[in-house]
Amino acid sequence: MNTNLTPRTPAPDRGGPAQPMLIVRDLKKYFPVRGNLLQRKPKFVHAVDGVSFSVPKGKTLGIVGESGCGKSTTARLIAHLMAPDSGTMIFDGEGVAEYGGLELKEFRRNLQMVFQDSFASLNPRLTIADTIAYGPRIHGIAATEANRLTHDLLARVGLEPGQFGSRYPHELSGGQRQRVNIARALAYDPRLVILDEAVAALDKSVQAQVLNLLQELKAERQLTYLFISHDLHVVHYLSDYVMVMYLGQIVESGPVENIYGEAAHPYTRALLSAVPSMNPEHRTLVSPLAGDPPNPINAPSGCRFRERCTHAQAICEALTPTIMEVGNNIHHQVACHMNNPMSGHTETIQEISA
Amino acid sequence: MTTSLLMPLPAVAAPGRSYWAMVWYQLRQDRMAMLIASILLLIIFSAIFAPWLAPADPYKASMLHRLLPLGSEGHLLGTDELGRDMLTRLMYGGRISLLMGVIPVLAAFVIGTAIGLFAGYMGGKMNMIIMRVLDVFYAFPSVLLAVAISGALGPGMSNSLIALTLIFVPQVVRVAESVTTQVRKLDYIEAARMSGAGAFSIIRVHVLGNVLEPVFVYSTGLLSISMILASGLSFLGLGVKPPEPEWGLMLNTLRSAIYINPWLAALPGVMIFITSIAFNLLADSVRSAMDIRR
Repeated sequence: MNTNLTPRTPAPDRGGPAQPMLIVRDLKKYFPVRGNLLQRKPKFVHAVDGVSFSVPKGKTLGIVGESGCGKSTTARLIAHLMAPDSGTMIFDGEGVAEYGGLELKEFRRNLQMVFQDSFASLNPRLTIADTIAYGPRIHGIAATEANRLTHDLLARVGLEPGQFGSRYPHELSGGQRQRVNIARALAYDPRLVILDEAVAALDKSVQAQVLNLLQELKAERQLTYLFISHDLHVVHYLSDYVMVMYLGQIVESGPVENIYGEAAHPYTRALLSAVPSMNPEHRTLVSPLAGDPPNPINAPSGCRFRERCTHAQAICEALTPTIMEVGNNIHHQVACHMNNPMSGHTETIQEISA
Repeated sequence: MTTSLLMPLPAVAAPGRSYWAMVWYQLRQDRMAMLIASILLLIIFSAIFAPWLAPADPYKASMLHRLLPLGSEGHLLGTDELGRDMLTRLMYGGRISLLMGVIPVLAAFVIGTAIGLFAGYMGGKMNMIIMRVLDVFYAFPSVLLAVAISGALGPGMSNSLIALTLIFVPQVVRVAESVTTQVRKLDYIEAARMSGAGAFSIIRVHVLGNVLEPVFVYSTGLLSISMILASGLSFLGLGVKPPEPEWGLMLNTLRSAIYINPWLAALPGVMIFITSIAFNLLADSVRSAMDIRR
């Protein structure tokens, strides 16, 4: 594998446009919970429990869900920042870190991540320019070339290179720091960028600027985004496809217009109705979702959402719903017994959405 | 983002942009620090250049001029119990006393940071093993441990240096390890891993720079302790041997003269006191000067 690729030449498109950028199959990560000395059996938090999805090239997949539903763990597993317990990943038609597949270093050139905490993700002892140039230097780019690249990137993300390059992170505002993080992620022309709550910590006006920057960069560089957020407005704005997670599992996924227009899963509906309405005539008067997510150590049997679901029936406790297409739309999938006429659930998706 | 909307720079718009230049700039503004630094420099200077500056021979005894008081003719600070010039011996004594203060701390700083970085970055079981082993050293009071090690190795300057280094290593490791463990979990380390960098590069560029600062500050605080412990060892007869001039040893031998000429007997103690408190205060100033970031 050639490791001396300059960052200016984008990594080659291997699988062609129809090949999804990333396919994830049955990803699992259990964290052991430390009990006391006398506790015999170790317990596990099922942080990510059998997640499968694919991200088409040049599109944005938004992942939404409450805190602790496994969004960020999923991101870290994909980025190989932690090792999954099981599951496979195919990046543009090739397995990662497997025999004959992509080497990890090469894979990481193709995939970059922008973190939520803009301050913690920048080394306080390095100047902005040094931070951005670090990655290319690691990949063997000469110092002058790396400096030029840093200069261009800073200018591209809207920071005057002469002014900001020699500054330290604490001298920048949150929005400026997040631009630096984006510039760093783009330093080697990645093809897939994971945005882990990348705009969540910014205030609304800055958030809008950064989102627009992300949209522009995506178009310019043919990027594919994996956008993780709990902000449904932002996901709606940026995503092509949306995946809703609950307690480490996918409950619903589909094109953004299907999810926001005709959400099938009761959880997705609850999330959407929890978004404050702009119209005072349509106030949210009843809390759409009661209680906290159950303890992930002892996740409920059957459907994990059943304890908070207003439509729960006996079948929901007995059987775990499988993820199935909604109607004839092969892209829109949901894991709910009400979607399956054979399940024995007396209600249907169509009834409750009416 | 236009240039007119720039964030105002912090108060330290130092001319040099490098971190240490900014620390130096900050330190220069601190009058107390500058005063203390000049006192320390004076002591260090007179110790280094003692052979040229000292008025007399530090080993030349004179039975006729024993225990002369301060301000005697020809002996500005009097003479000791063997009639040797006190000023000369204090200047020469500074050479060994300062070395005994600085060398163990320097050695412990290097060794301790290396071990602490390794333990902190590896984490898990390795960390457990290293830290628990060092806790054994840590459990003893440092004076007791210094006496025990020096006693076991036998008296002498190099053995006291080893003993003092062994005492300070676990303390430095603790600080380095805890800071490394904190830093290791931060996002910028993950971002560096994402860039495909190896562990060595990450430690060198991203961890070391952030760990060095608190460890450095902690170590400067150890300087005075090291000096006092070294003097203590010499006082107990475990460090430097007579007739070598050393502040702790001088304090011991002049002990018997305390009823005859108390001011004279106190002089070596005064030197130890001034030097160690100067180190301490300077460490404080350096600490606050290094705090400009965040």
